Amino acid sequence: MRSLLVVFVFGVCAFGQKYNVGKAASADEIKATDQFMAPDGTGLPAGKGTAADGRDIYSRRCARCHGAQGQGDEEGPLVGGKGSLKTAKPLKTVGSFWPYATTIYDYVHRAMPFDNPGLLDANQTYSVVALILHMNGIIGEKDEMNAQTLPKVKMPNRDGFVKDNRPDTGKKKK
Amino acid sequence: MPKNERRRFLQLSGIVALAGCSQQPGAKTDEEKLPSALGKPIRAYGERSQFETAKRAVPDLKRPQIGSTRTPLAETEGIITPSSLHFERHHAGVPDLDPAKHTLLLHGLVERPLVFTVADLKRLPSASHIYFVECAGNSGGEWKAPGGPNVAASFGLASCSEWTGVPLKILLEEAGLRPAGKWLVAEGADACKMSRSLPIEKALEDCLVAYAQNGEAIRPEQGYPLRLVVPGYEGNVNVKWLRQIKIVDQPNQTKDETSKYTDLLADGTARQFTFVMDAKSVITYPSGGQKLAGPGFQEIRGLAWSGRGVIEKVEVSTDGGKTWTKAALQEPRLPKAFTRFRLPWKWDGTETEITARAVDSAGYTQPSREELTEARGANSQYHYNGVKMWKIGADGSVKNA
Ligand code: HEC
Repeated sequence: MRSLLVVFVFGVCAFGQKYNVGKAASADEIKATDQFMAPDGTGLPAGKGTAADGRDIYSRRCARCHGAQGQGDEEGPLVGGKGSLKTAKPLKTVGSFWPYATTIYDYVHRAMPFDNPGLLDANQTYSVVALILHMNGIIGEKDEMNAQTLPKVKMPNRDGFVKDNRPDTGKKKK
Repeated sequence: MPKNERRRFLQLSGIVALAGCSQQPGAKTDEEKLPSALGKPIRAYGERSQFETAKRAVPDLKRPQIGSTRTPLAETEGIITPSSLHFERHHAGVPDLDPAKHTLLLHGLVERPLVFTVADLKRLPSASHIYFVECAGNSGGEWKAPGGPNVAASFGLASCSEWTGVPLKILLEEAGLRPAGKWLVAEGADACKMSRSLPIEKALEDCLVAYAQNGEAIRPEQGYPLRLVVPGYEGNVNVKWLRQIKIVDQPNQTKDETSKYTDLLADGTARQFTFVMDAKSVITYPSGGQKLAGPGFQEIRGLAWSGRGVIEKVEVSTDGGKTWTKAALQEPRLPKAFTRFRLPWKWDGTETEITARAVDSAGYTQPSREELTEARGANSQYHYNGVKMWKIGADGSVKNA
């Protein structure tokens, strides 16, 4: 409530604003639009689910495109590829490549199923996220995913990313 | 003369003429002989000539909402890409947004979270700049083998426009950036709510919240009514249909900055947040799929660009890379924009290979494919900027070398 009041007062007085264009965003407006979920768990909603809970919704809403076992079908796979990143045919999947488990929630919530994004509620989303993690052998079938447990899941390729250290080319002149 | 009589007279005189001067039948009427027949009337919105055919090739996709079309760079002149030919890359289709209802929310680590209507943004101080936008995946096919048969197929996920909008810095000052705000995450209003994180320094340096492209409203495929323009950075962070910017203390690690748009190296690690597009150039004439009319004068033409500054030099080789000649650069050379290069050349009618390489103001020389794969392997998928070689046959045909 206090932060709401502060926002309100600032909005009206336009304190610190040079042009006074745009209006103060209300807490409700922000809540309705902000659906970002950060790797530390910020933004993850209340709710929970296990891989076992996720089977039904996955088979009805995801399997058509990603395969019954996540092996891929009309669209790319969600499992597999472990040990392939150094080979001539790398397979980048949630299991072999993704550094953060929170990204799966963030992405499924915002963009999947492809033709009906936003269809799943929080429990259903935690459940399919748990199932994808389980299909990749990262968590057990009965491990509950929620706002506390999901950010703690250590992804296999968590340490597989490096900073941009270019230019690594462009010095030589032949 | 009444109409009927006149026609008969014309027919008759035609026969006479035919008999007398062996003129062909179907000879032109007096009206048709006039030098300027009336043209089409004035119209409210222009279209190109019916004889012009340059287009973005539309691939046959099972889901046409997720895919790309490429700019036919070999059929554009100068440095500006017509908005209608700007490449497309969508992840969930093109939304149809009403600018009277669309808003931009700016919140997170700021003193005053603000909502801007499109009209609000147009009231603020505006800026126009010419910048290229290039998809990080442009030329991605060249990593495995330099196989792109023409410029569009191998380099067409790059375009250059004049963008007009409000500098993002102004919006951040209006909202009052908090010191803890080190990154922002921008989100589009497309069905997948495309989202990408960016360091705050870049936002304060030169980003635009753009509403216009080449003098008119941004095209729907390019983000109408609002898109983030992030000069010199990979296309995907130039978030289209921009609806929200949240100031945060760490990158959000969205799907398109982890699973996608990260560059796998030979050792199995992947570079992340490789935003800048390195210097690149390509010859657009003569280029793959074209045919030279015959030996003699040719103007070699091409485009060069760099996300790190201006193009300082483009060198062209017409003997497969043995010797190099400096091409003329079209002025003004603008930072993070296309630069047109030209070189007069006399083709002697024999088989040869031609190529170009760019040097930018950071002192970076566009590498060969070998140099790139030596440094990164062939699995990077994104950020390929190697030189492109075209092979000219004795018959004048031009192919991928
Ligand atoms: C109509 C087909 C379709 C359905 C149904 C569908 N998806 Fe997808 N999915 C896609 C497409 C297409 C992409 C690639 C999107 C892109 O490249 O931006 C994708 C990408 C993904 C990814 C990212 C994969 C990666 O490695 O980058 C995940 C995770 C995912 N889907 C999960 C799901 C889940 C969970 C469901 C069910 C709730 C689901 N999908 C239903 C088509 C579908």
